[in-house]
Amino acid sequence: MSTATTHDAHHEEHPKGLLRWVFTTNHKDIGTLYLIFALTMFFIGGAMAMVIRAELFQPGLQFVNPQFFNSMTTMHALIMVFGAVMPAFVGLANWLIPMMIGAPDMALPRMNNWSFWILPFAGTMLIGTLFMQGGAPAGGWTMYPPLVLQTGNAFPFLIFSVHLLGISSIMGAINIIVTIMNMRAPGMTMMKMPLFVWTWLITAYLLIAVMPVLAGAVTMLLTDRFFGTSFFNAAGGGDPVLFQHIFWFFGHPEVYIMILPAFGIVSAIIPTFARKRLFGYSSMVYATASIAFLSFLVWAHHMFTVGMPLTGELFFMYATMLIAVPTGVKVFNWVATMWKGSMTFETPMLFSIAFVMLFTIGGFSGLMMSMAPVDFQYHDTYFIVAHFHYVLVPGAVFAIFAAVYYWLPKWTGNMYDEKLGKLHFWLSTIFVNVLFFPQHFLGLAGMPRRIPDYSTQFAGFNEISSIGGFAFGLTQLLFLYILIKTVRGGSKATDQVWEGAEGLEWTLSSPPPYHSFTVAPEVK
Amino acid sequence: MFVSKIKRLLTAVVGFVLLFSVGGASADYVLNLRQGVTPISHDAYDLHMFVFKICVSIAVVVFGAMFISILKHRKSKGAVPAQFHESTTVEIIWTVVPFLILIAMAIPATKALVVAEKPGQPDLEIKVTGYQWKWGYEYLGENVSFISALSTPTAQIYNKQPKGPNYLLEVDHPLVVPVHKRVRMMITAGDVIHSWWVPDLGMKKDAIPGYINEMWFNIEKEGTYRGQCAELCGKDHGFMPIVVIAKNEADYRKWLAEQKSKKAADSASADRDWSMDELKTRGKKVFASNCAACHQASGMGVPGVFPALKGSSVATGPKIAHINTVLHGRPGTAMSAFAKQLNDIDLAAVITYERNAWGNNTGDLVQPSEIKAAR
Repeated sequence: MSTATTHDAHHEEHPKGLLRWVFTTNHKDIGTLYLIFALTMFFIGGAMAMVIRAELFQPGLQFVNPQFFNSMTTMHALIMVFGAVMPAFVGLANWLIPMMIGAPDMALPRMNNWSFWILPFAGTMLIGTLFMQGGAPAGGWTMYPPLVLQTGNAFPFLIFSVHLLGISSIMGAINIIVTIMNMRAPGMTMMKMPLFVWTWLITAYLLIAVMPVLAGAVTMLLTDRFFGTSFFNAAGGGDPVLFQHIFWFFGHPEVYIMILPAFGIVSAIIPTFARKRLFGYSSMVYATASIAFLSFLVWAHHMFTVGMPLTGELFFMYATMLIAVPTGVKVFNWVATMWKGSMTFETPMLFSIAFVMLFTIGGFSGLMMSMAPVDFQYHDTYFIVAHFHYVLVPGAVFAIFAAVYYWLPKWTGNMYDEKLGKLHFWLSTIFVNVLFFPQHFLGLAGMPRRIPDYSTQFAGFNEISSIGGFAFGLTQLLFLYILIKTVRGGSKATDQVWEGAEGLEWTLSSPPPYHSFTVAPEVK
Repeated sequence: MFVSKIKRLLTAVVGFVLLFSVGGASADYVLNLRQGVTPISHDAYDLHMFVFKICVSIAVVVFGAMFISILKHRKSKGAVPAQFHESTTVEIIWTVVPFLILIAMAIPATKALVVAEKPGQPDLEIKVTGYQWKWGYEYLGENVSFISALSTPTAQIYNKQPKGPNYLLEVDHPLVVPVHKRVRMMITAGDVIHSWWVPDLGMKKDAIPGYINEMWFNIEKEGTYRGQCAELCGKDHGFMPIVVIAKNEADYRKWLAEQKSKKAADSASADRDWSMDELKTRGKKVFASNCAACHQASGMGVPGVFPALKGSSVATGPKIAHINTVLHGRPGTAMSAFAKQLNDIDLAAVITYERNAWGNNTGDLVQPSEIKAAR
């Protein structure tokens, strides 16, 4: 046992019971809270997806009315983006960044507590809109005016919860930047940081850059509705398209906020199980930075059909295509890391390999829709739905699964059940494809997105997709079971856990001491 | 049942593999983008196939390397990890090669885009207005205009009748255009943003309040082409289809003449006095296609979202307030202004109907002339 553990009894004088979690300023406790919150939201958002897939199982209206269906698509997206994926990554950052850079805790622990505890209130308010007069927001998570202004009593609550979620994200991002900039162990230069730390550093800057933009956009919606302004009201001299420009100036970097930390996770896991150093570390860092930079220049590819001038369309088409270059570099580097390694295939590695492959498929469809003249056909169809679910589910969500399996033994001191983990992997991977692959065909055949009912020609693939959806949803209950089982016990994990694992977090005990590094380690 | 589902599942998987050797399986399982019937749609299809093939080739190389590695370089086969972990040469190669591929893609894409966006001299101009949840078409300079709404019966949607062959893709008044003519569409919206899209025409354009967006097409083949609103526009976004019928020049002229004479007959009869029965019968139809989506056929509305008309203060109060609400709408709500969407007879009919249906027994009769005066 390390010297840190012998000091534990002295250091661990924190409140017990429920209050420990309310007042905690500890990065691990807060990380756990974030992850539990994200998992809860994942299941709530997932339940909404089940409603969507049930209604789309067959043509005709069977279960819900169209207005409620629109609420489901809107809420599913908002909850998954702001409630599940982003908090899950912040939770991982909280747990891992201090341990990876050799720090005792995050730099701003009280703000850390605050930025978490905003979330349950914002989330509850958002979900509470389901019970309000006029129903939950149903204008899409993109909140385009004038449609969103037709929302009932839920409207101000939608805006307020987006504000709160944004404030929480910005504080989390500030904390991460300050921690990484100031609390690295002696000898850990920037170019020695693990890639997860690098990708989160860049992500945190993206968050600070764009969350205020979103806040501005929704505030303008608020004043348009309640205070007589006409930012987006054409009849009052405003411009409905202006909102889309502002929203997507936030929205495109947001896409990378949800994927860059995933790149960091996969870049940690693949070398471990290939027993070989990550190929092209510095090019990985530069590629991440390039993707982040380009993300500010491509927003209008979400709006190719709004009637932009030709030169505008050309600019955004070229800029979008460029993103394929750094993204390609990353994929090539991961493959080169595996090449001539000595691989084993534990659950985290399986999820990482599936990530590389299925994320790349999402990348290919992204490349296809970068071409404006074809995007006129793809835009707002199920082809788009398939694309962004490929990069977000077997992309971001699989990376989170991989991270949880990879670091859970470190966090709890217990190994998870490898057999069940693999079962979770295979079921998830098969059904995620049954769920989303047919949606490519639906989109190409001409099925628009966000519709509760469709013409009979789309029936076959919708049925398959729904079956995949239900099976994928059920499979995630297995994940919950595995988590609970591991937290409650299991074979003891060693400090290094994985044979090929490298990095400061593996030098700590499993589970690690309450304050990660009380004495800064020396990095050579 | 279960077996057939598994079979369908397999069809899907196998279908993807066969996508480009067979080029589409049975009618129920369209796998690929439509080729369409306009030059723009052919360009889009060709580009789509071009990029798809590039993507498949890259996938074969990258995933191929990955699978070889997964099969051969595994610990269980006694693989010993190599030590290499960087190579500037390799990094430069796999930065430059993708860049060159992108240039190869950008050239045809630019050409197609320039063609699609090129303003040309149109043979026919049609103004399209998106409303919640129907389309308005106006043939500019021809004095022909009409509203086009979903004609699928509600009973089919709620599974009380078998679904027809064009379920949800059929309208009461389709758009009729001539083939081999350059048609310019001027697209706008009256309430929220919609998007006008017929896949076979190869283009979609958003209909935005306050904007007039342009798109054009030149249909090569006579036929009926179906599409849908592509931008979420509220409750019945999934229920505002588009049907375009492309006819030869002579048939198109004939159709246009019919529309004009119908319109002339309408405006002649707008001046006479209508009876209660005539107005109520016509009003019921107008209500069904324009008002029932929100206020419901029962006049009960949807509590909290769309107000009831049954017993409402507007529908049972002073006539002129009711007329003004229907003509000018309620800004900031889903109630749109119908002044430009419906003619005097239809407006008079629907208001009369609303004032005398569902127990709103005001006995009021609203004549087309009253609407004309109130406009």
